[in-house]
Amino acid sequence: MPRSSALEPGHDDNGNFKTERNMDKIVIENLSLIYSDGAESLKNVSINIPVNTTTVLFGPAGGGKSTLLRVINRLNDLADVIHISGNVLLADNTNNFTNILDPQLDVIALRRRVGMVFARPIVLPLSIHDNLTYGLEMAGENDKMRLNEAVERSLQQAALWDEVKDRLDDPAAALSGGQQQRLCLARSLAFEPEVILLDEPTSGLDPISTGKVESSIQELKKLYTIVLVPHSVQQAARTADFAAFFLQGEMVEYGPGETIFINPRDERTASYIEGRFG
Amino acid sequence: MLTLIAVITVVPIIAIIIHIFMQGMSAVSWEFLTSFPRDGMQAGGILPAIVGTFFLTLGTAIISIPLSIGAAIYLAEYAPENRWTRAIRIAIINLAGIPSVVYGLFGLGLFVIFLNIGTSILAGCLTLSIMTLPVFISTSEQAFKSVPHSFRVVSISLGATRWQTIRRIVLPQAQPGILTGVILGLERAVGETAPILFTAAAFFLPQLPNSPFDPTMALPYHLFVISTQVPGMPIELQYGTALVLLTFIIGMNILATFIRSRARARRQW
Amino acid sequence: MQETQNWSEFIITRLIKIAGYSAIVFIGAIFFFLLKEGLNALTEVQFSALFSDRWYPIEGYYGLFPLLEGSLIVTIGATLISVPIGMGTAVFIAEVAPRWARDILKPLVEVLGGIPSVVLGFLGILVFAPYLRILLKLPTGLSAFTGSVLLAAMSLPTIVSIAEDALDAVPRSYRNASLALGATEWQTIWNVTVPAARSGIVTAIMLGIGRTIGETMTVMMVTGNAGVLFKGVASFFNPVRTMTATIAAEMGEVATGSIHYHVLFFIGIVLFMFSLVINITAYAFVIRTRKRSERILS
Repeated sequence: MPRSSALEPGHDDNGNFKTERNMDKIVIENLSLIYSDGAESLKNVSINIPVNTTTVLFGPAGGGKSTLLRVINRLNDLADVIHISGNVLLADNTNNFTNILDPQLDVIALRRRVGMVFARPIVLPLSIHDNLTYGLEMAGENDKMRLNEAVERSLQQAALWDEVKDRLDDPAAALSGGQQQRLCLARSLAFEPEVILLDEPTSGLDPISTGKVESSIQELKKLYTIVLVPHSVQQAARTADFAAFFLQGEMVEYGPGETIFINPRDERTASYIEGRFG
Repeated sequence: MLTLIAVITVVPIIAIIIHIFMQGMSAVSWEFLTSFPRDGMQAGGILPAIVGTFFLTLGTAIISIPLSIGAAIYLAEYAPENRWTRAIRIAIINLAGIPSVVYGLFGLGLFVIFLNIGTSILAGCLTLSIMTLPVFISTSEQAFKSVPHSFRVVSISLGATRWQTIRRIVLPQAQPGILTGVILGLERAVGETAPILFTAAAFFLPQLPNSPFDPTMALPYHLFVISTQVPGMPIELQYGTALVLLTFIIGMNILATFIRSRARARRQW
Repeated sequence: MQETQNWSEFIITRLIKIAGYSAIVFIGAIFFFLLKEGLNALTEVQFSALFSDRWYPIEGYYGLFPLLEGSLIVTIGATLISVPIGMGTAVFIAEVAPRWARDILKPLVEVLGGIPSVVLGFLGILVFAPYLRILLKLPTGLSAFTGSVLLAAMSLPTIVSIAEDALDAVPRSYRNASLALGATEWQTIWNVTVPAARSGIVTAIMLGIGRTIGETMTVMMVTGNAGVLFKGVASFFNPVRTMTATIAAEMGEVATGSIHYHVLFFIGIVLFMFSLVINITAYAFVIRTRKRSERILS
């Protein structure tokens, strides 16, 4: 269970911004993680992710941002982790928190509450329709009507419906790169999850597709909580309600978007944003 | 100079095929393929040998394929990188290297004598199954490993279990590779004589086998017999038998190549 | 971590694991059985008698030496033929041949690999042996030499395909670097690419040797099956008897449980040991160089 802390917005002991407890979707306390090859570890990260907002994790490569994302949906179970400690708490809509790091946790159910979009569009070698219903079918859903409903709804939310509604049975691999990525976004929405994690979702996409994805995200955060790793500082600035700067496994600074990008407190954050390193 | 060497390799292969074809053509007729040998093998056809080879191959496939695919799935998808897994791999490599006659010896000792199955199709199939296991396992494992890892990651992130991922994504995608491997492995089983020498093969049977516990004639063994044990054996019939055997083998080879290239063209990644 | 969803998945996963471990069970069973029957030979026949130089079971002579020699001679002969030709062909396919030639050569070599040993043995008896007999004016065309040539043909595809894969796997950058330094294609092939593919090539040759030692039908049909000792190079053109042919030829006629029976199983153990050593060596080689190349290329 989360320990009590400030119940109103303000700053904590490190000078970091803190949100209201009952506004948090994910609470991360003192998370440390080490991979067997020592890469991309996390060092004592503490951050709260408010509900129905876009929280952006930015910083140079190797900072631990992707690692953090993968902790939230326990995808790092697939990798070689030799140490992990701390608390990662996910709230449901009655404000009950579950510890994601609990070894007894039903990770399958977790992955239906937390969806993920990867950096490269990875479509499954199935039709467009089956890509979208995959997760639901694996969960045991076979009602055709409900599946088709989910397909249409998620494609609408990803702004892809009009482009593919007549060819849902075509192989997903036949779509263009931008369309495939929006398909991956739709796929993560099929479950109606609570949190959506996006790991550099627009790297490799042309500006128009990037724009479409970014505006979808703006719409989506009304329903879901978004955690985004942007592929550029500019994208971070465009999309962030809240932003956290990561450097070599440490979270350096965290606060509302306007504050971080216009008036960062830490010297390192400022240097990175101004492009002095990266 | 290298070209010369390559030519030295190629010319005999083509020469062998053409030679057998030309010499054997005359003997191969519908009657040849569908009737029994007569006059102490010196006339008639090779039907029981063809049927026997068919049953042996079928039995081997039935026994070996599920076992091999299971083992390949384990190695490719589940097995951790530890001592035990290395032991399995070493075991497979060694199974692959055992001479075929030693398999025959083993089959004789275990299946025919110890388990008292007698000289039979079953004993032959069991022996051939263990022999083809390593080929099936390694080609299947290769097929699984060639499916991009990213599919598995995505599938897991969507809440699927490891087995669901294998069943729904990995297996279907690996299927052509597995099929190719199966055909090539069975191709080997079709042509092998030593493993069935003491476990299944009979010199001459007046009728087709009735049950898996019956011994049987087989094409490679038949060719061996008529070319070494039957004095006065007409040469065209020998070539005819060789031609039939070769046709099966090359046919399977072509089939496997066809499946392989078609799959490569239709890949969705 | 919870990984399975229900009972059927649990059972399937268990079955898969059993299938995985079955390979160990089988190799153990083979080993056990060979030992069970073959070790009796050591008690029934004096050890020195087993390695004497007379193989004449009917009169109680169980000397393995001529058989060992037979296998060795034929294998060495076959390797001397197949390695240069196989390597040359592999280099040709991987480095020199134009696209269309590759597309014909590779399948063709695969076809050769598929030709059953009986068929080659059959051709050996009917065509090759008589030809040799006439050409070289020998009393019989069935000899170690005939066996070597045919066995070379059988192990050629193994050597060619594995060596070719190894050559293919050498990174383009090696070749490009060599050419950029002013070397010719020929020099690049022999001084850069081939050495880089060294471990794969050695594996190819070892597996080819393994295949040759284990070959049964072809040698049984064309080497004349006379278990006599080697007396100088000229005997290369005399008949010999290999271990494999001995087992195949005599197993059908022995009484179960007799001394002869046990000795044949003992020969099986010897063959098994040979292939074990060859395979583990080849495997160790591959592992060692894979680790080395991982370090270098990382």
